Amino acid sequence: MAKLTFRTELCKGCGLCVEACPRGLIELSRTQLNKNGHSPAEMTDETRCIGCAFCAIMCPDCVITVER
Amino acid sequence: MSIVFEAPKSLIDVPRHYCPGCTHGIIHRLVAEVIDELGIEGRTVGIAPVGCAVVAYDYFRCDMVEAAHGRAPAVATGLKRAMPENIIFSYQGDGDLASIGMAETVHAAARGENITVIFVNNAIYGMTGGQMAPTTLPGQVTQTSPYGRDTATTGFPIRVCELLRELDGAQYLERVSVDCVKNVLQAKKAIKKAFVNQIEGRGFSLVEILSSCPTNWGMTPQDALRWIEEKMIPYYPLGVYKDAAAKEAQ
Amino acid sequence: MSDKKLMKGNEAIAEAAIEAGCRFYFGYPITPQTEVAAYMAKRMPKIGGVFLQAESELAAVNMVYGVASAGKRAMTSSSSPGISLKSEGISYLAGCDLPALIVNVQRGGPGLGGIQPSQSDYFQATRGGGHGDYHILVLAPASVQEMADFTVKAFDLADKWRVPAMLLSDGTLGQMMEPVSMEHYEAKTFDKPWAVTGTGMAREHNIINSLYLDPQKLEIENFRRYERYERIKAEEAMWEEYLMDDAEICVTAYGISARVARSAVTAARAQGIKAGMIRPQTLWPFPVKPFEDSLEHVRAYIDVEMSMGQMIEDVRLATRCARPVCLSNRVGGMIPSTEQVLAKIKEIAGGLDK
Repeated sequence: MAKLTFRTELCKGCGLCVEACPRGLIELSRTQLNKNGHSPAEMTDETRCIGCAFCAIMCPDCVITVER
Repeated sequence: MSIVFEAPKSLIDVPRHYCPGCTHGIIHRLVAEVIDELGIEGRTVGIAPVGCAVVAYDYFRCDMVEAAHGRAPAVATGLKRAMPENIIFSYQGDGDLASIGMAETVHAAARGENITVIFVNNAIYGMTGGQMAPTTLPGQVTQTSPYGRDTATTGFPIRVCELLRELDGAQYLERVSVDCVKNVLQAKKAIKKAFVNQIEGRGFSLVEILSSCPTNWGMTPQDALRWIEEKMIPYYPLGVYKDAAAKEAQ
Repeated sequence: MSDKKLMKGNEAIAEAAIEAGCRFYFGYPITPQTEVAAYMAKRMPKIGGVFLQAESELAAVNMVYGVASAGKRAMTSSSSPGISLKSEGISYLAGCDLPALIVNVQRGGPGLGGIQPSQSDYFQATRGGGHGDYHILVLAPASVQEMADFTVKAFDLADKWRVPAMLLSDGTLGQMMEPVSMEHYEAKTFDKPWAVTGTGMAREHNIINSLYLDPQKLEIENFRRYERYERIKAEEAMWEEYLMDDAEICVTAYGISARVARSAVTAARAQGIKAGMIRPQTLWPFPVKPFEDSLEHVRAYIDVEMSMGQMIEDVRLATRCARPVCLSNRVGGMIPSTEQVLAKIKEIAGGLDK
């Protein structure tokens, strides 16, 4: 069990975290835009997250905090 | 639960200007993580280049200097000679380090200046809008090589680690990449080593980091990472090109 | 006096810099200033200082930029073609408000020119030389003693105003030997809270930078710098006057030319001509006041320079073109003679009498 916190306002919607997640749990939001007009990354199913932090490691913008 | 991953303290918590998916952000974070882990923020002075990372002085929490294009190793030399107890790093791109600043790079290495150089190689001039760099690959299309880099007229890309390893003054040279998690972790190890070398007074350490430029390569961030893997790494093989300390230990 | 030592001009610069507390010298060989580097190479290691022969003038000035960023006194020296190369770095020093000393032991130009003395870098020194709106302090010694005194003065002024300073000398002054006294110096220190010495985790980070992408901010920085320049102009101009009280013909010259001009003025006086001399000791700021004051009695000015006429423009500006200003010059490494200048004084005096 792990907890991911996304600092959505810093996200540029590049999607590198989406590709990095070994379980395919992250996607770019289909419903919201942040103030810079990007579709921010979000967790789709936290219960399946193992807290490997691959998403955070590949994030160029320090958007993701991982707790485990 | 405890935090296993968060933004490093020595990186100022502001939005950075880099394009979406540009891996400068990852490299900034790795440098800051290393500064945090070594506990050296208070005595570190960083040098920003001219190029995409020009305003890096607004991102690192340590003292910062902005250098003229290519001159960072000379500025670093001055800073280090003036303050031997401080930790001095330069953060430079390929145009800055391997074109206009090649003399400063080579001679700082030859002198064995006890500094740490973070060299970001993305095979293009990013800030000015995507012109041919000294590291642009043969055939690569840029604004100033619109038909693909023709080696018959523009020569060949410069492999900086290979070039510098012949210099007795160079202590540590490693080429890494940030195209995937495994390589990012290795990049951090290399950066850490380059800082530890300086702390231990070993001399010139340079880490060349293959980085992406999705905007000027005209690719998605994901495709750009694949381009590093498929095109750049074969031309710029990863690995340690020189480690004088390890050689001594043998 | 017993404390005087016979020294070459270039060596006097180096020793005075050490007296001023400078422990960082970066240079590159070029005639006719190389003695500065050679002297530093010998002395610096003995006193815990740094001498480094850089790979280029560009590198040398940027090493100075690094030390200056750390808040310590640093210098570089060169001769004319080398100063052109350093000009990039000088612009950055000015744009970052960094104090440092740059020595130019001038030789003939343009291009590779020659290795004989010249004064043809006046524009480059006083108008900036590099890109952008800026000035540097320019001090012009006329003796080996002044080579030393002005070196110390230049460091102090640079620190006081956070403006790079240049010692504008020439090959003659660099190479000639005269007795020098250095016992009167005190190494002043200045607080530099802006320096990048490491935050020590006790303050916000300092940034040494000349980039302002926001044009409004860059404009403000330029205005601020020029406000400082106005204060420098008001407070720091230095000059020497010789027989100016009743002079009708004013000879003006700086550096080595002023020594020739002075002899010519003395000779003219002996022939009953009311000649005098104004010798600017700072070229930027240019000493406007003595020229303004002299307008009451001076009827014509003779500008003596080892250039095609560069300082003459400042003389015309300082006198608001109210009187004729003519040139008596030699260039390319040639030095004007007393006879040449005296002949000019007599020619002008003859004209005035008509």
